[in-house]
Amino acid sequence: MDIALNTTHNFLSKIATNDGHGENSPYFDGWKAYDSDPYHHETNPSGVIQMGLAENQLCFDLIQEWIGNHPEASICTPQGGFDFKEIALFQDYHGLPEFRSAIANFMSRVRGSRVQFDPDRIVMSGGATGAHETLAFCLANRGEAFLVPTPYYPGFDRDLKWRTGVELIPVVCESSNNFKVTLGALEEAYDKAKESNIKVKGLLITNPSNPLGTFYDKETLKTLVDFINEKNIHLVCDEIYAGTVTRENEFVSIAEVLEEFPTICDHNLIHIVYSLSKDMGFPGFRVGIIYSFNDTVVNIARKMSSFGLVSTQTQHMVASMLSENDFVDNFIKESRNRLAHRHDMFTRELAQVGIGSLESNAGLFFWMDLRRFLKEPTFESEMTFWRTIISEIKLNVSPGSSFHCNEPGWFRVCFANMDDATVMVALERIKSFVHETRMLEIKTMAKIKTKKQCWQNNLQLKLSSRRLEDIMSPQYSPLNSPMLRAQN
Amino acid sequence: MAIEIVQPSVELSKIALSETHGEDSPYFAGWKAYDENPYHELHNPSGVIQMGLAENQVSFDLLEEYLESNLESSNWGQKVSGFRENALFQDYHGLVSFRKAMASFMEEVRGGKAKFNPERIVLTAGATAANELLTFILANPGDALLVPTPYYPGFDRDLRWRTGVQIVPIHCESSNNFQITPEALEAAYDHARSMNIKVKGVLITNPSNPLGATIQRKVLEEILDFVTRKNIHLVSDEIYSGSAFYADEFVSIAEVLESRNYKDSERCHIVYSLSKDLGLPGFRVGTVYSYNDQVVTTARRMSSFTLISSQTQFLLASMLSDKEFTRKYIKINRERLKKRYEMIINGLKKAGIECLKGNAGLFCWMNLSPYLEEPTIESELAIWKTIMHEVRLNISPGSSCHCSEPGWFRVCFANMSEETLEVALSRIHEFITTRKQ
Repeated sequence: MDIALNTTHNFLSKIATNDGHGENSPYFDGWKAYDSDPYHHETNPSGVIQMGLAENQLCFDLIQEWIGNHPEASICTPQGGFDFKEIALFQDYHGLPEFRSAIANFMSRVRGSRVQFDPDRIVMSGGATGAHETLAFCLANRGEAFLVPTPYYPGFDRDLKWRTGVELIPVVCESSNNFKVTLGALEEAYDKAKESNIKVKGLLITNPSNPLGTFYDKETLKTLVDFINEKNIHLVCDEIYAGTVTRENEFVSIAEVLEEFPTICDHNLIHIVYSLSKDMGFPGFRVGIIYSFNDTVVNIARKMSSFGLVSTQTQHMVASMLSENDFVDNFIKESRNRLAHRHDMFTRELAQVGIGSLESNAGLFFWMDLRRFLKEPTFESEMTFWRTIISEIKLNVSPGSSFHCNEPGWFRVCFANMDDATVMVALERIKSFVHETRMLEIKTMAKIKTKKQCWQNNLQLKLSSRRLEDIMSPQYSPLNSPMLRAQN
Repeated sequence: MAIEIVQPSVELSKIALSETHGEDSPYFAGWKAYDENPYHELHNPSGVIQMGLAENQVSFDLLEEYLESNLESSNWGQKVSGFRENALFQDYHGLVSFRKAMASFMEEVRGGKAKFNPERIVLTAGATAANELLTFILANPGDALLVPTPYYPGFDRDLRWRTGVQIVPIHCESSNNFQITPEALEAAYDHARSMNIKVKGVLITNPSNPLGATIQRKVLEEILDFVTRKNIHLVSDEIYSGSAFYADEFVSIAEVLESRNYKDSERCHIVYSLSKDLGLPGFRVGTVYSYNDQVVTTARRMSSFTLISSQTQFLLASMLSDKEFTRKYIKINRERLKKRYEMIINGLKKAGIECLKGNAGLFCWMNLSPYLEEPTIESELAIWKTIMHEVRLNISPGSSCHCSEPGWFRVCFANMSEETLEVALSRIHEFITTRKQ
């Protein structure tokens, strides 16, 4: 008798058959649209441009040059080949000592050497993805929760919850104060959890923030540390974008807070997640790092790292590269400059056509404000408009709702994963769309005006014409944008 | 505002505080002894010889030779786009060329007796991750997998620690060379049911660790029939498939499924890795091969937590799809392992020690039960400690492998030079001779 196995109830686990993988989020729909019609300047110039993938492609030339000059960093070259056997056999989950030192060194330099990192606290993981899951396994039991400020990276829903059974409780942040995390919002989220009988085990922040592209100021960080210390819960700081901060000395790492104010909290509560995927542009190499100030967590996470160790081939190469200070310092500096340039170009050009964004100084993206383009201030409108962006403007940007933003109309736009030529094409498309929308609105307004003559509501006309002025001004200066003014 | 740091320390999770990571097992205690006093031919000739680590070091020269003559394809060379593309590639489907290469290599290892579809290959960072991942997919917390004893101690961590799944042993006995019998399968299943535990599958290692022996075709058929009858899964960890001394003595579950026209194959999943056959444990190359579409899709999504470095995928893609090289490697590797095995078996025999008749793997299953004070685990551990501290050999006690009979030990032979093996054998010889007196 043939049993229809795939439909037999409970043949696979609950984890395997639930939605915890998160791929049904619109965040991924855009990627699918891109995959089925990817832009290529020669072979598919009308394809979808990928602006939904936070990758850093701006500095490969520097890395390639280094690789060319350092054949010994590869175990496949004559110069590096004699290391092959030793490297291939090394499976100690402590990792190559030189790898850990190099990572500690890099992390420090990314923070302007304002703080030092202890190589013995460096634990490997399968990318930051693996790091987050491992920390969740270490810090929380099934059914317990982490607080996470919104909007947040959609991947957290999978990374922190899927196999661990841990919950995420949003700490709602609002555009009215530039999405800053407030003590009030933290308390509210914490209390809400308590009411639902959910035990909160920690707070997870991403600093600099994905998707906002902003970073936390020292005061806010101290407020957060006070909060978690008082509640005796963990603080996990994902600093994966630390090297993308364009205003070099303004970024404050949680490590610096602990150094400057050593008695501010129990250090056992503080853990940092890091990776080379964004700062270096190496997502394929799966170099994830857990850095914990808690000895027990270091110990346990290290044991768990058996499930996601970094290939020693990669450890070896990274160790060589990141221990060379001249290269590292130059790379960090160049990368910052190029990111700043890209970021500024985009925001400036968009402001000129009346599209504003949250003021930001970090990340591989910016948080674009398209609230005015929504038919209604609803998430349905946001999704409708997003589908338009994909199918008509042919850009894959990520809708704010997929980041759990509480307000519709915001979109994350990635800018560092393409060459200069593609940037121009993307900008052109946006500008054309805005122009067409303007034209459409003018036509529509004109129609309304002729149809509904004098008995038309005066206020309504005034509102309409002010709206037209807003978006029509060619001498629009980003500094004067009411958008940015309102936000600051 | 300074805050006193006099508070109860914050809790970590139950998982973090449990001992299921397994590192307190004697399996690892021996490693520590070795780490503190490692043998070296010149610098430390009286140090502990590591015979508790199943590594394959006998065929590295072949790999190095290949790399030397194929630099272009294994290295990025001077191509800018080569490095960049590789560094950016994070698709959890894995490099197509690498998946094809893995499928091809797995076919070569089985002498072409089974076909593997690259679309069913899911990549993970090592077999450690592959086994855990499959467990997450096939069983819920509290459910059980049946595993024949003796088994690899790492399973206690890999299958149970973070998954919350249990292992219920299928007891195997020396009287029939530790083969898995239908009665033992049923007994294990019934035992689980009597404890109200839901059984979700059977996990076998073929060739077996620690036995160093292949599972016979007839037994594979019986196991397959059993899991079909119970409507549960079968995971076959074939990590040592390329380490069978005689190619025709290893039968993969894939071959059995093929002969049955893949009927009932959706319950079957194979785990593989390059850590043993190719001796590349540092590179973290594991794979889940499933005949179940839903498992493939889900496993692929889960592999996000444990992807293989694209740098490593690239390096190995060309090597593993070079059939001329892989055929030569597999053949020579088998011969060298066989030679090592014979060397250790004969050496032990001369010392009066018998081993299970083995035909695969990087170790032999040594029987010291005649030398135990009493047929108990305590006696086994006592002799083990003696061997560790006095004979200075790190071998793995059968109890750490959950063997139901005391006195058996796993002894690895492929992670050292022939000279070192001679030294180890002479130490054993001396030890036994002294003990007999």
